[in-house]
Amino acid sequence: MNWTRKHLLGLEELSAEEIMIILQTADNFKSVSERAIKKVPALQGRTVVNMFYEPSTRTNLSFTVAERRLSADVLSFSKSGSSVSKGETLVDTAKNIEALGVDIMVLRHAAAGAAKLLSENVHCSVVNAGDGQHEHPTQALLDLYTMREVIAENPKFNDFSDIKIGIVGDISHSRVARSNIWGLTKLGAKVMVVGPTTMIPPDIEKMGVEVCHDMDRAILECDMLNMLRIQFERQSGVCPFPSISEYTRLFGLTSKRLKRLGREDIVIMHPGPVNRGIELSPEVADGKQSVILRQVENGVAIRMAVLFLVNAASASK
Amino acid sequence: MSSILIKQGRIIDPARGIDGVGDVLIRDGKVVADVAGADLNGVEVLDASGKIVTPGLIDMHVHFREPGMEEEETIASGAEAAVAGGFTTVACMPNTAPALDSEAHMNFVLREAKVAGLAEVLPVGAITAGRKGQEMAEMANMARGGAVAFSDDGTSVPSAAVLKQAMLYAKMLDKPILEHCDEPTLAEGGVMNESFVSTTLGLPGIPAEAEEIIVARDIYLAKLTGAHLHVQHISTRGSVDLIRRAKEAGIRVTAEVCPHHLALTHDNLKSFDPVYKVAPPLRAREDVDACIDALADGTIDVIASDHAPHLREEKELELAYAPCGLIGLETTVGVLFTELLDKGRVTLNRLIEAMTCAPDKILKLNRGTLADGVVGNVTIIDPEMKWMVDPAKFKSKSANCPWAGQELKGRVCATVVAGRIVFRLP
Repeated sequence: MNWTRKHLLGLEELSAEEIMIILQTADNFKSVSERAIKKVPALQGRTVVNMFYEPSTRTNLSFTVAERRLSADVLSFSKSGSSVSKGETLVDTAKNIEALGVDIMVLRHAAAGAAKLLSENVHCSVVNAGDGQHEHPTQALLDLYTMREVIAENPKFNDFSDIKIGIVGDISHSRVARSNIWGLTKLGAKVMVVGPTTMIPPDIEKMGVEVCHDMDRAILECDMLNMLRIQFERQSGVCPFPSISEYTRLFGLTSKRLKRLGREDIVIMHPGPVNRGIELSPEVADGKQSVILRQVENGVAIRMAVLFLVNAASASK
Repeated sequence: MSSILIKQGRIIDPARGIDGVGDVLIRDGKVVADVAGADLNGVEVLDASGKIVTPGLIDMHVHFREPGMEEEETIASGAEAAVAGGFTTVACMPNTAPALDSEAHMNFVLREAKVAGLAEVLPVGAITAGRKGQEMAEMANMARGGAVAFSDDGTSVPSAAVLKQAMLYAKMLDKPILEHCDEPTLAEGGVMNESFVSTTLGLPGIPAEAEEIIVARDIYLAKLTGAHLHVQHISTRGSVDLIRRAKEAGIRVTAEVCPHHLALTHDNLKSFDPVYKVAPPLRAREDVDACIDALADGTIDVIASDHAPHLREEKELELAYAPCGLIGLETTVGVLFTELLDKGRVTLNRLIEAMTCAPDKILKLNRGTLADGVVGNVTIIDPEMKWMVDPAKFKSKSANCPWAGQELKGRVCATVVAGRIVFRLP
C-alpha cells in the first residue's frame, strides 16, 4: 500500500500499515543523518513553517533540523499564550501564513483539536506537533521507531507482539501517552499505563490497555518503560498528588529499585525534558539501559519521513 | 380588533385533553370557544387543513443577550426568532451585562418586547444581586416589575445557605427558582462530558456527577423550604433518577430538557467543532435515552431550547477557548419532530404538552391552552414539511446551530400572538 495522507494529525486515524510505512521511510532518512553531508534535496523549493504556540525546545529544534536536512525553506514563529482574547484567530494567522506560499505547516498548540481545525481551513499539509492533551504523533512515532530498534537488537523479541510497554506518569494530561497507546496497540504490543489513580483518565481500559498503580509490578512485568515528565505547569486546579517526594517514592525510577527487583535490563525511555530526581534518578536517565538520547536522534529521521510523506501525498493530489 | 379563524387544523390542546380536527376562533385577541355560535362576518381565515394547531408554544429558557451583548442577540431579534420557531411566549434569562437583577431591568425587557411586538418576552430575574451568588437580589420588586421566575442561570448558586434563603423568599412570592445545576469546582475547566470520549480526545471532562450533586442538593433545599424548584436543562440519567424520586416523595420539583440533550451525544465532540460545546455538556447515549424516556413519561415536564447566541468569531476558536451554548428557537420543533416523533420515542401530544401547558403551569402565565377567553396565542405546524436548516435565513442574529445544513421534518408555518399573525412561512 502507498501513503496517501496529506496531513498527519494523530495516530488514532492511522492503520498499522501506515505506521510501518513511516517507520520504514525513516530507516532511509536515518542514514542521511549519519553521513558527512547530512542533506538530501527531497523538499527543495518547498517551504515549511513551524508554528509553535506553546513553549518547546526539542520538538521545535528537531523539526527544524529535519526540514533543513530535507533542503526545505524553513520559517518559524513562536507565540505563547492562547487566543482567548479578541483579535486574530489561529485560522486567520494560518491563512495569512499560507498566503506567503507555504507547503507544510507544523503546529504545536495548547488546545486539543487545533491541528485538525487548521487542516480543515488551509490547503497545505498540516503536521501535528502536539495539540493540547490530545495527540503528539511524531513523538509516538519516534518512540515506536526506537522500540523497533530495541526489538531488532534483542534476540528475545521478534516483533511488537512480544513486548509489553509501561507508560508511567500523568496519563490524564499526556498527549504522548495517548499517541503511544494508539500506535502500540495497533502494532500489537501489550500496554500498561502506570500512575496514581488521580492521573489515570476514565475508561482508559477501553483503549486496550491495562491499568496499574503499583510501580514494582510494572517494573517486573514490562520490557520497556516510557517515563512521562511530571508536568507541573499543567497542574492547574487540584493537584493530583500530595507532594513530589511522595510521587517519587511511589512511581519514581531509581537504580536501587531496578536492582532490588532484578530488572536492570529494563529499557528506559522518556520524551524529555527529564525532571531529574523526580520521575527518573540521574543514574537511570544516564544509565546503559536508557535509550533517551537515541529517541532524540531518531526523532529527526521520523520527522524527515513524515514531512517527506505528507509532501509527496500533497504534491500528487 | 380583528378576528381570525383557523380552519380545519388538527387541534392539539393537551391542557383540555383535545386532539381532533376543528376550528379555532380568536376575537379581540382572545380565544372564543363557541365557534359555531359566533358571527364570522369579516373574519380573516387561515386554512390549517393538514396542519397541527396548538396553543402558542412557550420556551421558558432563552438568552436574548440584552443589555450588554447586543451584537449576539437583542430582545427584538430574539423575539423574531421565537415566532419564526413557533414560540409565542419566552422567558429570558438574566445573565446579561449587567445582570437582570432589578425591577427596572424587568420593565426594560417588557418594554423592548412590546416595542418589537412579536413574541411575549417575559423576564426571569436574577436570584442574587449581580448574579454574584452572595446575597439575594430584590426579588419582590422584580416580581412587581414582571419577573416570572428567578434564576442565576449560567451558574448554580454556589452557597447552599444563600439558595435556601432565596427559596424561602421566592416561596413567599409564589415564584419558582430555576437552577442551572453544575457543581462549580468539578465543572471548572471542563470542555465536554467526562467519559471515554473525553479520554481519547484529551479534553478536560465534566462528570455527570457535577450536575447530579447540585440537583440532589437543590432537591433537599426544596424539601427543606417548600419552595418550587425547577431544574434547568437536565442532561444525565442520574439527574432523571433524582427528579423522579423527588417527585415520588412529593417535593415541589419540576424539570426541563433541551432538544440538543435529546438529539446529540458527546460523540459529536469528536469533530472538535465548538458548535457542540454547551453547558451542561452533551452526554452519553444512555443519558440521552434516559432523558427521552423521562420526557415521554412526564418525569421531565418541559422542553426548553436554552437558545444561547454567540458570535461567529467566538465559535471559530479552538474548542477549549470557545464559549458554551447553541441556538435553538428556530429548530426546536423540527428537531423534536425529526428525532423524537418520527422515531416513535415521544408522542405528539406529550411533545406539545411539554411546550404549552407544562411550562405554563410552572410560570403561571394563564396561557398554554386554547380554552375560552385565554390570550389568543396559536402555533400552526406542518408536520410533514421537510426543510433544510440554513442559519443565513435565521431571524436570530447568531448562527451557532448544530443542525446547519441538515434536513429536518416538521416546520412552523404560522404563529399568532394575541390574535395577530406575527409569523407566516413565505
